[in-house]
Amino acid sequence: MARLTRPRRAVSTNPLKTSAPLGAAMAYLGIERAVPLFHGAQGCTAFAMVHMVRHFREAIPLQTTAMNEVSTILGGADQIEEALANLKKRANPRFIGIASTALTETRGEDVPGELDDILAKRPDLGDLQVVYASTPDFAGAMEDGWAKAVTAIIDTMVPEIDPLHRDPDLRQVNLLPANYLTPAEVEEIVRLIRAFGLKPIVLPDIASSLDGHLADDWSGCSLGGTPVDDIPAMAKSAVTFAIGESMRGAADLLGQRGHMPVQVFPALTGLQAVDNFVSALMNVAGYADAPPAIKRDRARLQDAMLDAHFQTGGLRYAIAADADLAYALTSALAGMGAEAVCTVITSPANPIVEAIPSDTAILGDLGDLEDGARKTGADLLISHAHARHAAAATGLPLIRVGFPINDRLGAQDACRVGYRGTRAFLFEVANAVLAQSHTARPEDFGAAPISPEFEHDRPQTAPH
Amino acid sequence: MSDALKQTVQEAFNEPACATNRAKSAADRKKGCAKPLTPGAAAGGCAFDGAMITLQPIVDVAHLVHAPLACGGNSWDNRGSASSGSMLYKTGFTTDLTELDIVMGHGEKKLYRAIREIVEKHAPPAVFVYSTCVTAMIGDDIAAVCKAATEAFGTPAIPVDVPGFAGSKNLGCKLGGEMMFRHVIGTQEPERTTDYDINIMGDYNLCGELWQVKPLLDRLGIRILGSLSADARYKQVAQMHRARVSMLVCSHALQGLARKMQEKYGIPYFEGSFYGISDTSEALRTMCRMLVERGAGADLIDCCEALIEEEEAKVRAELETYRPRVQGKRVLLYTGGHKSWSVVSALQEMGVEVVGTSVRKATDNDKARVIEVMGTEAHMYENMAPKDMYATLKASGADILMSGARSQFVGLKARVPWIDVNQEKHEAYAGYMGMVDLVRAIDRSANNPVWDDVRRPAPWDEDRPFAGHRPRIKDRCPVSGLANDPTDFED
Repeated sequence: MARLTRPRRAVSTNPLKTSAPLGAAMAYLGIERAVPLFHGAQGCTAFAMVHMVRHFREAIPLQTTAMNEVSTILGGADQIEEALANLKKRANPRFIGIASTALTETRGEDVPGELDDILAKRPDLGDLQVVYASTPDFAGAMEDGWAKAVTAIIDTMVPEIDPLHRDPDLRQVNLLPANYLTPAEVEEIVRLIRAFGLKPIVLPDIASSLDGHLADDWSGCSLGGTPVDDIPAMAKSAVTFAIGESMRGAADLLGQRGHMPVQVFPALTGLQAVDNFVSALMNVAGYADAPPAIKRDRARLQDAMLDAHFQTGGLRYAIAADADLAYALTSALAGMGAEAVCTVITSPANPIVEAIPSDTAILGDLGDLEDGARKTGADLLISHAHARHAAAATGLPLIRVGFPINDRLGAQDACRVGYRGTRAFLFEVANAVLAQSHTARPEDFGAAPISPEFEHDRPQTAPH
Repeated sequence: MSDALKQTVQEAFNEPACATNRAKSAADRKKGCAKPLTPGAAAGGCAFDGAMITLQPIVDVAHLVHAPLACGGNSWDNRGSASSGSMLYKTGFTTDLTELDIVMGHGEKKLYRAIREIVEKHAPPAVFVYSTCVTAMIGDDIAAVCKAATEAFGTPAIPVDVPGFAGSKNLGCKLGGEMMFRHVIGTQEPERTTDYDINIMGDYNLCGELWQVKPLLDRLGIRILGSLSADARYKQVAQMHRARVSMLVCSHALQGLARKMQEKYGIPYFEGSFYGISDTSEALRTMCRMLVERGAGADLIDCCEALIEEEEAKVRAELETYRPRVQGKRVLLYTGGHKSWSVVSALQEMGVEVVGTSVRKATDNDKARVIEVMGTEAHMYENMAPKDMYATLKASGADILMSGARSQFVGLKARVPWIDVNQEKHEAYAGYMGMVDLVRAIDRSANNPVWDDVRRPAPWDEDRPFAGHRPRIKDRCPVSGLANDPTDFED
């Protein structure tokens, strides 16, 4: 189980981390007709937008309060008010999610208080729902920003209900997916839940907004996501499922509001992890058996595990990712006999780090991944697209996971959860190993090569 | 903003070589050229972004961003400047300030240590240190840290004091150039100089565009001594003051630097472009004429004319094969500055109809040229909201959109071919050969069968005759063997 280490150095080489406000913006994009708004200088927004555009290959409606030198000194309330009014006029969203940045947090502003004043004096904003999350760049990483935004949405929009009014037969459940889950993965989890006759409300639902689909018109807002009116209704659900330890705080808050049980599943990759989730679904649904398709998927995964263990057994790999993702993949691979010889994570806030099956987890960057992979003699790298430099420098294959994946298409379609996704992931890892085919040479074993005197002298000079 | 920075910004706004600026009243000039940004409707990069755009292509320098994570972490490794040598510029260095660093005031110490770590591990010719909003606001004195670090470690640490909130991306480009003028240019002497030495300023060698032009210079015996910052080595910036002539490529941003180089070192400059055939020829002519004025052999001009004649004939012959494939296509051009007119004239030569062009960031001079080549100003616009652009494209107002990545999805979502002509693009379009590549890109994109396919109506959107319901299966389904119970399918 991993011990967290912090390298003693001042410079970060090739950052691994993506900033917290970007994580918050991505969460807000999982709400229907939403526009995320950064409270900061316009550059913060431009960088984050380009980052997401390249990953999802979609127009991303991210906006900014455009703080300048003067408003930084005098305070940004007017900038927020103006931004809300302008967005309402231009894009007419139902939901605006505000994320603070390092600039406004270093100054220190009481945004929630200011927001109350603004909303009270601007009836023209109508039924526009505004949520604010404090997400300074200098604290935590993307998964923290995402979790803070989801917590803020619940805190602002989900009322506390009286348990007396709960419908005992309600088959509605809440699903809070962590930041690392792709649109395809959220969809796969929803499929599992529905297979047991349950109706999930997903918050946030990027499976319907960032899945990459061609719409019929230009909207200027998110292209799908959790309907705003569904969010207060989450209080009435039978149970809250959170996927990823980073979502525990948000899940607990939702559980308090709705007086419902909360279950946090740290990961849904690997046979054991998926079994735990399926078992929970059977309990909630009151099923003693599982649907045939799910059983079939499990049998296929078992078969894939047997096929892939020849490649994964004894495999030494280096991984760099946000804590939840690192845990999900390392725990699944540990179950397949592979060893995480170097683990780099982004944020110290997530307690799941201690459960990562690796000796140490370095709170570091891609420079640490490169050095660590070299030192430990790893055979494979697992990280996001920027690790391509480490892959080129070490000559190791790279499996792209997490954010950003800006040099390959289809990042939104990668699915490594559930029985089906785990199976695909195992094949992905095994194939990366198989692609490094090396034919044995005498030198490999210390034997002298065969003497050239035995070779047939070909008359021509061509190589064959 | 510190007083020193304020002063620098004010000077940049007061650029006497800038035509826009000269036309202003004294009061307007003092206000500067920054347009106030509208909250909720702004989308551009910041001054720090601009400084990085101008300086990061210097390939052997370590670029260190002094900031919390987002400034460096969300932006490193996202530009396409090519290098023929060191790859150090592609490494993202940042001090990644944490809450504790900021609250406890550890910023300067951390920066100093970070510079030392970089010097020890990578031994670069210089470390460029970029300040950002947060480190400027908490008052970290990067100039002082750089001075101390330079003395202690023997490697120049260059302060690039251009925090994001100082202004726009364009201002950042200017200030980036100014920082080089103050701290780098003139600090080293070249081993040798020739009468054929030039500076190229404002080109960033995106996808290797410089190398599309360099063969022409090579044939004329012209040497790129100084570069800011296409495929540049640190030395090439430090030695810029010994060139005979400067060429200013991206006309607006580095004008102040070019003027100062002229005043201080007597290096004359000219504005030119390598986009389009006539512009490339014009740039070569001017370059050779000015070099001859400064002492190069007079035969350079004849060599240049011969080269132009040969290359133009070659490129026109090559382009002619594409004419039937692109002729009559209607293009909407959405880009800024000098690209507007030089590309417009080149496309028109091919029989491509330019239905509109933006003139954001363009100078009056640029605008005049657009009117000249387009014949009217009717198709010239400043800004177009994505919604309007989408509507125009959807209504078949244009066959092709040529723009930057920002409007990529406006084009694609309207199911209209899109060609990237801005800094993020993945193909080089400079010089004579670049024009062929651009036309080839238009051909490849506009004539791809995918457009007809994605516009095809879905089966359920077509008018189809009513075929009647499928007959109901009685009793048991012959395939599954299950009893046919119609209530099964009711929701």
